[in-house]
Amino acid sequence: MATQPQTAHARQTTVLVVPGMHCASCMGKVERGLTALAGVESARVNLSARQVSVIHDPALHEPDLVAALERIGFPSQPRGQDLAPPASAVKPLLAPLAVAGFACMNVMLLSVSVWSGAGGATRDLFHWLSAGIGIPAILYAGRVFFASAWSALKHGRTNMDVPISIGVILATGLSFYETLTHGAEAWFDGTLMLLLFLLAGRVLDAMMRDRARAGVDALLRQAATGAMVVSKDGTLQWLKARDLLPGMVIRVSAGERLAADGMLLTGETRLDRSLLTGESAPVSARAGDALHAGMLNLDTPVDVQVTAAGADTTLAEIARLMEAAGQHRSAYVRIADRASRLYAPAVHTLAAASFVGWMLAGAGVYHALVIAISVLIITCPCALGLAVPVAQVVAASALMRGGVMVKDGGALERIARVDTALLDKTGTLTLGRPMPDGAVLDGLPEDAAQVALALASHSRHPLSRALVEALTVRGVKAAELTDVAEVPGEGMRALWQGQRVALRRPDGAAASRGMVCVLDIDSRPAWLIAFADRLRPDYQRAIHWLRDLSISAQILSGDRGQSVVDVACATGLFARAGMSPEGKQQAIAMLHAAGHRVLMAGDGLNDGPALAAADASIAPGSASDVGRQAADFVFMGDSLLALPRAVAGARATMRVVRQNFALAIGYNVLAVPLAIFGYVTPLVAAIAMSTSSLIVIGNSLRLALPARWNREEAA
Amino acid sequence: MTGLAFLIPVALLMGLAGLWAFFWALRSGQFEDLDGAAARILIEEEGES
Repeated sequence: MATQPQTAHARQTTVLVVPGMHCASCMGKVERGLTALAGVESARVNLSARQVSVIHDPALHEPDLVAALERIGFPSQPRGQDLAPPASAVKPLLAPLAVAGFACMNVMLLSVSVWSGAGGATRDLFHWLSAGIGIPAILYAGRVFFASAWSALKHGRTNMDVPISIGVILATGLSFYETLTHGAEAWFDGTLMLLLFLLAGRVLDAMMRDRARAGVDALLRQAATGAMVVSKDGTLQWLKARDLLPGMVIRVSAGERLAADGMLLTGETRLDRSLLTGESAPVSARAGDALHAGMLNLDTPVDVQVTAAGADTTLAEIARLMEAAGQHRSAYVRIADRASRLYAPAVHTLAAASFVGWMLAGAGVYHALVIAISVLIITCPCALGLAVPVAQVVAASALMRGGVMVKDGGALERIARVDTALLDKTGTLTLGRPMPDGAVLDGLPEDAAQVALALASHSRHPLSRALVEALTVRGVKAAELTDVAEVPGEGMRALWQGQRVALRRPDGAAASRGMVCVLDIDSRPAWLIAFADRLRPDYQRAIHWLRDLSISAQILSGDRGQSVVDVACATGLFARAGMSPEGKQQAIAMLHAAGHRVLMAGDGLNDGPALAAADASIAPGSASDVGRQAADFVFMGDSLLALPRAVAGARATMRVVRQNFALAIGYNVLAVPLAIFGYVTPLVAAIAMSTSSLIVIGNSLRLALPARWNREEAA
Repeated sequence: MTGLAFLIPVALLMGLAGLWAFFWALRSGQFEDLDGAAARILIEEEGES
């Protein structure tokens, strides 16, 4: 997996993905927790990528490291090697930005002396120095724009980079001509400042994409699932899902997901297939039954013979549906692109018109050219280039602090326009995992709760883990146990202060009544602890908030029967049950046809096509890989308030973007007439450009304030 | 003018030194984990180091 042998004397580097890290104390805990492990030499966290690289003794295996992190409360996964960290979009832009900044400051230093009256030989010297610094810097820092403009022109299109490139090249050429002919004005400073601000905008835009991707990738990059393969002679070997072949026998322990479709060979167990169908009730399976990849084994370890793996599984059909569904969305044009489609031709026309106008008015070619260039420079979309990315970066960081990760800026634009929300039930409206009955836990005597926690903490069974979580939240401390043993399919047994204690599945009649476990303490009557999938906390406030945003919500569930009715009653929403993946997709198509814009919230594989077809989509962090990949937004934590928060944040962002456009265009409306009539000096251009850019940045920063759009923070 | 002959090279050299330092930082991986660097200052060191 993600291990690379280092030196001959045995040191290994393992990279683990830890999606739950988000602050300094998490970093400290993870690094200390890992270094405390015998055999670990060092551990270093990369917080942006949510990863930790561990240098350790090869005797220590990945599962040991994962278990150590699990003990201190951080679920983690080894990183799949084929999914190397994606190349950063920011890095190639940093060097041009630094060069532009350096050159801009130095040239400005020289220009200020020229503006304040240096003349004759001094002015020429300063112009030559400016040219010496400016021309190489412009060529280096401008490559980003030249390359993009050239590729647009080659395909017969035009984009925002075309007027920028033409303006930069013409202005540099003219300034050099001025320098050669001992002219009074050179434009190196203005040109460099233009590049500096534009590059800053690009860096922010790239940072937005990187940051969103780093967070989401930490989730997506979790290694492909695998399975323990049992060979004929009884040896066990861990293989990745894509290396599994039909005919192999895999052993699936309790709490593990199936990595391939197969047939149950031995044993009898119950499986949770909510990820595939949205159905919340576990189904029981016995030898000979067909099982599907993605199902979660609940009870006993079983052997399964693989019948289909990789591209042949049930997942493949869903993947095909999703591919087809994504087309609707790719038709959306981002607001910055729409603006530049209008803007670029307008700027060119304006510059050409002023050149022609001054020629007709009897000015020389040189004079007319200077005017045309100053028009081109002054209209160059500095502030316009910053208007969208700055607002989106600031909003995305604010949302990220609120636990919502944004995959790209376009998603913010699309989600701002939705008027209908479709919610999946299992895993989206509900937590998607069994939670113990709170009333029963509250009724447990303190020592019994301590015993229950101690017993449960020794097991990886989903019910045990849910119990550990719930008891830890209540502040229960684990009791001291001895002789702890796990009996597969039965439960945990141990000795506590000389008494036999057990946490086990119920026998007889109680066993058939859904998810229940029994806590035995020798001399006392047994406690029954019932588990059920519960609605997410804050669901009511979230639905009210959505209503206030004038978004009508509906439930689309793959589940049937009573549990959908219960959820519909509790939430007061219109619900449709028994929806197939195609059915969900069609429901969205019908809403589109009626002119609605749809937000889909879902987590399962069965939601994948719908997530891809909707105008915008959001998935919980606990969703299936497919769900997280298809969704535009991923929210961490349990609260459903993330949903309205994302919509409200996106709407606030679009308001700020529109204000920014107004500010940037307003500046142009004022400055362009001055330029056309020849009143703009390099000094005026420099001041006007930086002021409008700073105003746009300042306006965008308002989104980071504990804003009105974020009720919870404001309250 | 003699002042200029002295001051301009100094200004340029200082600028270049800053630029070089930035490139060094970029190459040596200081920009790999900006979030982590911001958070790391808050970690309390324990025991060794």
